[in-house]
Amino acid sequence: MVSGAVIEFSHLTKRFGGVAAVDDLSFRVEPGVVTGFLGPNGAGKTTTLRSLLGLVRPTSGSATFDGRPYAQLADPLRVVGTALEASSFHAGRSARDHLRVAAAAAGLPLASADAALVKVGLDSVARRRVGGFSLGMRQRLGLAFALLGDPGVLVLDEPINGLDPEGIRWIRELLRAYAAEGRTVLVSSHLLSEVQQTVDRAVVIARGRIVYQGDLAAMSAGGGARVRVDAADRPALGAALAGAVVAAGADGFVVTGLEPGEIGLRAHRAGVPLTLLAPERDGLEDVFLHLVGADPAAAHAAGGDAVGPSAHGPGEVRR
Amino acid sequence: MSALRSFRSELIKLRTVRSTWLLALVMLLYVGVSAGGFAAIAGAASDQQNSPFAAGGIDVAPLVYSLATSVGYVFLVLVGALAVTTEFRFQTLTPTLLATPRRASVLVGKLAAGVVVGIVFALVGLVATVGIGGGLLAVFGIDTELGDGDTWALLGRIVLAMVLWSLIGVGLGTLLPNQVVVIVVVLAFTQFIEPILRVASAFADWTAEIGRFLPGAAGDALVGSSLFTSISGGAADPLEQWQGGLVLLGIAAVLTIAGSLTTWRRDVT
Ligand SMILES: Nc1ncnc2c1ncn2[C@@H]1O[C@H](COP(=O)(O)OP(=O)(O)OP(=O)(O)O)[C@@H](O)[C@H]1O
Ligand SMILES: [Mg+2]
Repeated sequence: MVSGAVIEFSHLTKRFGGVAAVDDLSFRVEPGVVTGFLGPNGAGKTTTLRSLLGLVRPTSGSATFDGRPYAQLADPLRVVGTALEASSFHAGRSARDHLRVAAAAAGLPLASADAALVKVGLDSVARRRVGGFSLGMRQRLGLAFALLGDPGVLVLDEPINGLDPEGIRWIRELLRAYAAEGRTVLVSSHLLSEVQQTVDRAVVIARGRIVYQGDLAAMSAGGGARVRVDAADRPALGAALAGAVVAAGADGFVVTGLEPGEIGLRAHRAGVPLTLLAPERDGLEDVFLHLVGADPAAAHAAGGDAVGPSAHGPGEVRR
Repeated sequence: MSALRSFRSELIKLRTVRSTWLLALVMLLYVGVSAGGFAAIAGAASDQQNSPFAAGGIDVAPLVYSLATSVGYVFLVLVGALAVTTEFRFQTLTPTLLATPRRASVLVGKLAAGVVVGIVFALVGLVATVGIGGGLLAVFGIDTELGDGDTWALLGRIVLAMVLWSLIGVGLGTLLPNQVVVIVVVLAFTQFIEPILRVASAFADWTAEIGRFLPGAAGDALVGSSLFTSISGGAADPLEQWQGGLVLLGIAAVLTIAGSLTTWRRDVT
């Protein structure tokens, strides 16, 4: 039975020149769940994953699988399956040969190349040169490389890019099935909606720092809750709501920090008949956009384990 | 053993790209035409009285056979270098290092595969020189000297030289991972700069001393017979065979070590 490993990032920092692409990142990725690694373009996702895989040397900090750096794994492809975003294929080599090269290097039987091609649905083009492959076909070949050694850990960088709807559904089911078997699944994306249905836990980064980590379900809970309220006599309503955070909108007020019941009670006591009382909640996508946006206060407002950049001191591991 | 696995993987890589086979084919044609042409000229001239190729004159067969290296070595340098530079060009270094995270093991695997490539290409070169060139010598009634143990020792040194040239190529690719740059450097140096330097170095004694250590000159010294050396002559005696071999090995070592301390350690992004 294949079992997953715990991935642990500890104060990982990577600078390119003076720019910190990844800045003091600490988090754990547990087996048995799908963990989404989310952030906008340039947030540092790829750099983080490449550091984890020993392709990039961190400026400081570490990233390990059950406590061991990737370079010290005896049989890395049997432990960790990786698909990184760059299409790394020799254009003149066939899909099958590309995987055989990897199988030989990993000490796997050459037949595992054919098995992996069947898994990703490329067996019919196994002998075709990769140079003629479409983006989606390359993406599938990258996944075949990841699945080659039947690994307990999957690390996928934007695996959904370029896949057709059938392919997207297939990979979602694959990730869920792998996690259900107790494997570790870490999948990056710059689009929350892309992985929303698949991911259990989310780690959100922006500008190289963690802005949220925790259950995806908890991300929107409490995030951006507010009440839209209106009355014929707006000045009277405004007076009744004095003390609360109120913004005047085109169709009434938007109140944050007060429950709908409390607002109704205040209006009743002031004798103001309400024409509108509607609780509203930000969608997950809105919360996500707030998190990765320029405003660090938005990250705090989202509740959960949101971590503002300034609150993230050295030496403390936020969980 | 990750270096051994890497070696097997490198052999598959070399087998499964066209460039390897294309270079082998071009080398077969190029060396074959050179050896066949030279053998035919020598053969046609051999029955003229004052020709240097007349019986008892120049020993033709070793010159023909050694064209495998003196003409063909550039192909080995290219194959060796491409084994490294294609990894950068197509970003296949990422899957390579994911399968074999220890970079030293990858390099050892490439060098070991370079030995195999050297042997295989040497055999291709010998098919061209001994097969085509030697065949024409026989047609013209010139002694092919294939019954002579010295000739077989020469062929053995040709194989050794080709292996060393292949390793030099791997080292060069490690140091200069840009494919276009490395091809230009190899062609310019082997076909243009070094021949000029070798001729020019013959004009003074002290330059001739240095000229003996040029890679091509060292390679010819290792093989112990070269049309180029016998044409350009030279003020200084060539290096001993073993010295020539050591110079090639030294160049391969210096390039590989320099590359492994610089480009080979870089981040792969
Ligand atoms: N080799 C490099 N040299 C210099 N800067 C780099 C290098 N690689 C990445 N960076 C910088 O590091 C930052 C993070 O880049 P990274 O590719 O990790 O982001 P990402 O989250 O993967 O983005 P995307 O969603 O676009 O893939 C960016 O500012 C990028 O410009
Ligand atoms: Mg990226």
